[in-house]
Amino acid sequence: MSAPARRPTARKPTPRARSTRPGPEQLDGEHALHLLREMIRIRRFEERAAEQYSLTRIRGFLHLYIGEEAVGVGVMQALTPDDAVVATYREHGQALARGLPPASLMSEMFGKATGCSRDRGGSMHFFDVPRRFYGGNAIVGGGLPIAIGLALADKLQSQQRVTACFFGDGAVAEGEFHESLNLAALWQLPVLFVCENNEYAMGTSIADELAQPDIHLRAESYGIPAESVDGTDVVAVEAAARKAAEEVRKGLGPRFLEIHTYRFRAHSMADPDLYRTKEEVEQHRRDQDPIALFEERLRVQKLLTDDELEAIESEVATELDAAIAAAEAAPIEPVEDLTRFVYTEPDGAGATT
Amino acid sequence: MSTVKLTYREAVRAALRHGLATDERVFLMGEDVGGYGGAFAVSLGLLDEFGPERVRNAPLSESAFVGAGIGAALGGMRPVVEVMTINFSLLALDQVVNNAATLRYMSGGQMSVPLVVRMATGGGRQMAAQHEHSLEAWYAHIPGIRALAPATVEDARGMLLAALQDPDPVFIFEHALLYPLEGEIDEEPTAVDIDHAAVRLEGSDVTIVTSGGSLGKCLAAASTLAEEHDLAAEVIDLRTLRPLDMGTILASLAKTHRAVIVDEGWKTGGIAGEISAQIMEQGFDLLDWPVQRVCGVEVPMPYAKHLEEAALPSPERVVAAVKEMAF
Repeated sequence: MSAPARRPTARKPTPRARSTRPGPEQLDGEHALHLLREMIRIRRFEERAAEQYSLTRIRGFLHLYIGEEAVGVGVMQALTPDDAVVATYREHGQALARGLPPASLMSEMFGKATGCSRDRGGSMHFFDVPRRFYGGNAIVGGGLPIAIGLALADKLQSQQRVTACFFGDGAVAEGEFHESLNLAALWQLPVLFVCENNEYAMGTSIADELAQPDIHLRAESYGIPAESVDGTDVVAVEAAARKAAEEVRKGLGPRFLEIHTYRFRAHSMADPDLYRTKEEVEQHRRDQDPIALFEERLRVQKLLTDDELEAIESEVATELDAAIAAAEAAPIEPVEDLTRFVYTEPDGAGATT
Repeated sequence: MSTVKLTYREAVRAALRHGLATDERVFLMGEDVGGYGGAFAVSLGLLDEFGPERVRNAPLSESAFVGAGIGAALGGMRPVVEVMTINFSLLALDQVVNNAATLRYMSGGQMSVPLVVRMATGGGRQMAAQHEHSLEAWYAHIPGIRALAPATVEDARGMLLAALQDPDPVFIFEHALLYPLEGEIDEEPTAVDIDHAAVRLEGSDVTIVTSGGSLGKCLAAASTLAEEHDLAAEVIDLRTLRPLDMGTILASLAKTHRAVIVDEGWKTGGIAGEISAQIMEQGFDLLDWPVQRVCGVEVPMPYAKHLEEAALPSPERVVAAVKEMAF
């Protein structure tokens, strides 16, 4: 099958601004190492998940976050434990950055009873209510109305909390995106919209999908202050997220970040990646790897030594070895419990309110 | 007990008012529920009593405001979402099926969604094919939600009050022709049982199983059967479409050995077929005659009055179905 003909009028997104690297400002050393560690932790987690998928210990769909780590890590720095997170089926990075234990995530993907969703969700449906991590939504755009509702509940209860809602560029074509932005602006709800624009809605490039590919302009059309951010720069992402989250927390209404990123791996493990060239992917891996760029920046600023990097890698490897071992050893849910959790149990177990 | 005379519409409003007045987590959200008073005037006056934060007009965004109800429920509130009609509710089905009904299970029991969604259903007002269908069976198909069809003034109030105490999502289908129905009920607003069907008329010759807007037609048919054919019909009001109370139906069949199921929804894949199948599975030996179904004719709802009447179950069709049986 040949590629669909591009409409002659299709608009290309405006070339995006890139941060000057190495960054002009001197970074705080301790925090910078934290950011680096968080990104490396996600990347290694995803590499190990891919391995476990090849070993058929993980089944179903597996969507990797490799290449996009700076988005989840940067945004999460702006949130407090009281804030809420709504994410998509590509949510491993957000879950780890939010503090969900890798063992519970790995166990979930292994289909074990100790998984964060008790083995009923899998890779696409991580949940952790105590950490206010509300999924893990695999319907593109389907998480936005949920985020609206969480924010509405906060507003009605006079809580100074932020609901961060992650979604991709594909969601922008969904009706739920427009309905939700309109509601958030109309009711001035405390939502931080985070559009992870990785340039492809599964296998369709943004130019072939969106008549207006500058996504932040769509948010502005609803009266929501929006910013276009370089998602290869974790410091830029964090700064933009902190500013936006602070405004949301002050009750100034919703804010919108369009964060430009790129996924290095295929859409899912089942995707042969035929819709983009190897050269395009290689160019991004070589020139726009958020982790390599940040490492380079830290070295220039004398904030990172080989020993420190090695220590991070070694700690992460130990943590992930333990997570995989725990997942392997964990029990499975008894089949007799198949129908549990469809409704709240008669003793009220599981009711959150 | 002192009683009060209310219409079905006033009974729903009384339950809303009680919920809003006694539980600060409760709020009403939907299209035109504020100044307009609701498309069926159910929430008339509530905006003045409770203000625009708690009687919240929503734009025409069914998916977003039903989803917002789910999110608000997760966030500690007890939202009541009004969708104007069941046909319009189809725009929100993603949120219903993929989130409201699913989040509790998919999160391994971590979350519950204490959400109430109300909507008008049913035909008989010449509103044609995009306002008047009876799609309750689609909702009854979905595990994770409860589906209620109040047919009486008492249930209109008491079921909503019960729904507001339920930790899981509850969908309430209010037949639009019932809103002016009057009834004398207990003055005290109390929740009713939402687990069981009710025998609305006792009889020993045939069991007529129905719900919602068809209950009145079935009671009229039972009168005709008694007066003109000397047959005593037992009329069961299902009340709850999910989960189904088969116990009450089977107990009746043990007496009558014959059943007619009456439902406004289309016959194919509908609630009547489901009940019939469960009777075969659980009560085959009780039957002296094949189970009969009187359902909506399989057409999109027509506008013209005579065509619309022909498309819907009627007392005459119920009587005819019973008369086919050998006694």
